[in-house]
Amino acid sequence: MPTTVPAYGSEAAERLASLADVTASDGALRRFLHGLPGVDAVGLDARAATLGTRSIKTSAKAYAIDLAISMIDLTTLEGADTPGKVRALCAKGVRPGDGAPRVAAICVYPDMVATARQAVADSGVQIASVATAFPAGRTALPVKLADTRDAVAAGADEIDMVIDRGAFLSGRYLEVFEEIKAVKEACARPTGTASDGEAKGATRSAPGGAAHLKVIFETGELQTYDNVRRASWLAMLAGADFIKTSTGKVAVNATPPVTLLMLEAVRDFHATIGVRVGVKPAGGIRTTKDAIKYLVMVNETLGEGWLSADWFRFGASSLLNDLLMQRQKLSTGRYSGPDYVTVD
Amino acid sequence: MSGKTGGRSHRNVKPEGQSGMNAVDRLSVFKTYKLFVGGKFPRSESGRVYEVTDAQGAWLANAPLSSRKDARDAVVAARKAFGGWSGATAYNRGQILYRVAEMLEGRREQFATEVAAAEGIPRPKAAARVNAAIDRWVWYAGWSDKVTQIAGAANPVAGPYFNLSTPEPTGVVAVLAPRDSSFLGLVSVIAPAIVTGNTVVVVASEQAPLPALSLGEVLATSDLPGGVVNILSGKAAELGLPLALHQDVNAIDLTGADGELAVELERAAAENLKRVLRPQPGDSGKGAWSADPGTGRMLALVETKTVWHSMGV
Amino acid sequence: MAFDYAPAPESRAIVDIAPSYGLFIDGEFREAADGKVFKTLAPASEEVLAEVAQASAQDVDHAVKAARKAFETWSALPGAERAKYLFRIARIIQERSRELAVLESLDNGKPIRESRDFDLPLVAAHFFYYAGWADKLDHASFGANPRPLGVAGQVIPWNFPLLMLSWKIAPALATGNTVVLKPAETTPLSALFFADICRQAGLPKGVVNILTGDGTAGAALVAHPDVNKVAFTGSTEVGKAIARTVAGTDKKLTLELGGKAANIVFDDAPIDQAVEGVVNGIFFNQGHVCCAGSRLLVQESVADELLDALKRRMATLRVGDPLDKNTDVGAINSAEQLARITELADAGESEGAERWAPACDLPSSGYWFAPTLFTGVTQAHRIAREEVFGPVLSVLTFRTPAEAVEKANNTPYGLSAGIWTEKGSRSLWMASKLRAGIVWSNTFNKLDPTSPFGGYKESGYGREGGRHGLEAYLAPSSPKGEHA
Repeated sequence: MPTTVPAYGSEAAERLASLADVTASDGALRRFLHGLPGVDAVGLDARAATLGTRSIKTSAKAYAIDLAISMIDLTTLEGADTPGKVRALCAKGVRPGDGAPRVAAICVYPDMVATARQAVADSGVQIASVATAFPAGRTALPVKLADTRDAVAAGADEIDMVIDRGAFLSGRYLEVFEEIKAVKEACARPTGTASDGEAKGATRSAPGGAAHLKVIFETGELQTYDNVRRASWLAMLAGADFIKTSTGKVAVNATPPVTLLMLEAVRDFHATIGVRVGVKPAGGIRTTKDAIKYLVMVNETLGEGWLSADWFRFGASSLLNDLLMQRQKLSTGRYSGPDYVTVD
Repeated sequence: MSGKTGGRSHRNVKPEGQSGMNAVDRLSVFKTYKLFVGGKFPRSESGRVYEVTDAQGAWLANAPLSSRKDARDAVVAARKAFGGWSGATAYNRGQILYRVAEMLEGRREQFATEVAAAEGIPRPKAAARVNAAIDRWVWYAGWSDKVTQIAGAANPVAGPYFNLSTPEPTGVVAVLAPRDSSFLGLVSVIAPAIVTGNTVVVVASEQAPLPALSLGEVLATSDLPGGVVNILSGKAAELGLPLALHQDVNAIDLTGADGELAVELERAAAENLKRVLRPQPGDSGKGAWSADPGTGRMLALVETKTVWHSMGV
Repeated sequence: MAFDYAPAPESRAIVDIAPSYGLFIDGEFREAADGKVFKTLAPASEEVLAEVAQASAQDVDHAVKAARKAFETWSALPGAERAKYLFRIARIIQERSRELAVLESLDNGKPIRESRDFDLPLVAAHFFYYAGWADKLDHASFGANPRPLGVAGQVIPWNFPLLMLSWKIAPALATGNTVVLKPAETTPLSALFFADICRQAGLPKGVVNILTGDGTAGAALVAHPDVNKVAFTGSTEVGKAIARTVAGTDKKLTLELGGKAANIVFDDAPIDQAVEGVVNGIFFNQGHVCCAGSRLLVQESVADELLDALKRRMATLRVGDPLDKNTDVGAINSAEQLARITELADAGESEGAERWAPACDLPSSGYWFAPTLFTGVTQAHRIAREEVFGPVLSVLTFRTPAEAVEKANNTPYGLSAGIWTEKGSRSLWMASKLRAGIVWSNTFNKLDPTSPFGGYKESGYGREGGRHGLEAYLAPSSPKGEHA
């Protein structure tokens, strides 16, 4: 296996460049993506379900809860978002309470980045911003790039972009590839605007000030697992730092099998090229029990090396409180209640 | 070789009882009865024959007295034919079985004569049995593309799987043909075995093998691939054991084995867990083989294969 | 800090095992006629779980007599009434499934995840399925008014004790037969608990009789002159002996015996699911599975890739305490079986195959064998021909579909096979060529009460499950032309 480099390094760029023939033309890219092993849906579902039966108790559960909290991209993506709402969320993310670790990031719309940036200050919590006309992605490329640059300029450490599902489903893979590459370039930060979070280096940070790029597939719209595997490779080839399941805005969001499949794609990409990519399931993960199932999948598919916020995130809003309540239960032996965690 | 001579009345144009040479009488041409193995007509490798007589003891012919090596060769031929025959379409197998009936139809006279002599029954009765045997080929010919539908199943398993059970031929089947029904009984055990794609090695009735050996001639001209049906004449007691012990035989039909031999052969068949058809009470005596044959014999010589396939996008 | 799963043991307290058990004959527990007993162990710890009566030929005779007597009334009951008894049994099994799962894992050594999620749900489902047949036999395509055979003598193995019991008893009772069943010597307990379920269900006495004991009790049962039907699941060797025993009798016989299934992986397989299928195919239930995919036939062009993935996956298998909910591979059922597995694995090595097993800590007491695979195996090696009945996988390669078929079929067995390819037409072509009673395509080791199960060739004859499973317990209505 090649030595490991993270997807955001310059070395990763070199390795990806060595695969240029794969992305040299629409035809070449299609042949490559369609040459990936197929996915048997029944088998994948069954494997995810079996991993879901793992029984994580006592010390393992305590470990998993704190790990899960530290991996949360605490999210608010509402039309009704206000600076006050965002500041409250940031405060919760920075100090969830009772000695729980801080979350990984606060995830907001681009126009809330500056507010969030200020609110998290030097806590080490990252600011993630959705971009590229989230969630539908239905605008012209220049608009998407402007959206991205705005968010980066406002201090976003991480950009969560959506792919053009229409282009993907109609087979225009190279178009999707080029768009991801363009957005990745737009993630570069103009010199002198590096964020505080990066300066703290609390989580892995982008060298040269570039924001990390998470690529959202909206797996609920891609429908088939074969499509998800192709999209995973497509995004990783284009330089994604993370691959992410969903926007949280459609009927079907993150599911264990889809996430397992993406973990497998990341594993294979790493085994082949040596470039390490992160995974972020988002949408619909609300309970501690669910979160632990995901951690079990990471543990048994990619191993310990991926069990950190650098390589795995939960895109979630209500999950944090459930984790905090379970945490209280573990420490006190009593079941907690919603009045004992904050509503933000 | 001993016994009476002067039989074979059906072959002499001259009435029996007369003797001496008469210039106007034509001397008949005897048929040399041979085995039917792999689509060819060999003599027994042993060079042995035995005397076949009619019910009154009159000499009819010398039949090959097959050896265990003949049985072995027949199994090899049957195994060789299995892939092609079991892989043929059901429609094709049905056409061929029907072709057998067509070929027999034109030779009813010959078989009626042979059956009358072999079983010691009046000519009209023999003719009726031949007719029944021909009709039995037609009955089984029609089953070729239906047996899967009555013996198969679509199984509603509790999960995302397509699940289908289908009958498949067991393989090479050794058949000890009925002792006292030289043709109708014979056809009644061969046809249900081969219609589903099995290939067979048949030991004809020891006392009355001639209709069976003649059947070989019909089968050879009925588009039936060589080796699908192999016919041996000889002693069930001699041929039964090597067949029952043969590791490349998948099933054995003991219809023509008497009590003790049947037990011995069933025990021997356990060595490689052959499927065993025990002799049935209704297989001999009055009215045997005349009843509706049902599906039992066909279904006893098939294996149910169940295929699961995941169903997902 | 690593994500180490803390022990998550299922509570033993849910099951109350008595110090000793008698034979269940004619509705009551009684000591063996000669007073003999034997001990049953927990294979994971070698702890004695209970003492059980050892049936003799005399006990067999008593049980057969009880079953014969019960047959008169049981077979005369309307099918709808028999159905209701079976439905009751199915429901009680569901109610007591947690208790039975723990018991099964204790006595057998299998992981609680499997006894809980596989064995017990299938046991209940099997009774439900056949319950529904009891009053519909006229519609089962075995002629109008098919009749039961009489007393069924049934001998079952230790790998799925309660599941195999359900496969035997459910169709037998649904069709109006009565039963004398002998569970395996090393796993008698769940059958004895089933006797208690019969009591709770109010099943008439003598309809089900349970005789614990060793092979001699089984042999006596099979040979008993008043048994009309023999059903056996177990080794091919014993199956042949039984076939010899019943030769010349009127007993109807079904045998479900050994296997050496090929799990065939093509270069266009869904690779991650194929790896899971291969792992599940051979390490499920410690490989104590007659239909286990003990031969991996992998297309040479993907062999390296698949083997790497397989080894990586095997390294995540959790071997240990069967009652821990996170255990994937439990204990080998007995010292005897462990010795056999060890002997064959050693033969694999000495015959030149290359042995590999992931690093795993095995408990110090009990019977254990690490998940093992052999590469460089050829058809000539013993581990490629003989049934190991343990967590040992032999890896062979092939170049073309025709070669895969030839190698897969090149065995005296013919129970099951697996095919992994994304090409539907090839999958169906392969399925038609494989000489095996069950072919799994892009899946493996799936069982269902509606799906007939049973082998070709030396894997036995007759089918269990589905409509086909009724045939073994019915006499056709018109004897002429129908086979026994």
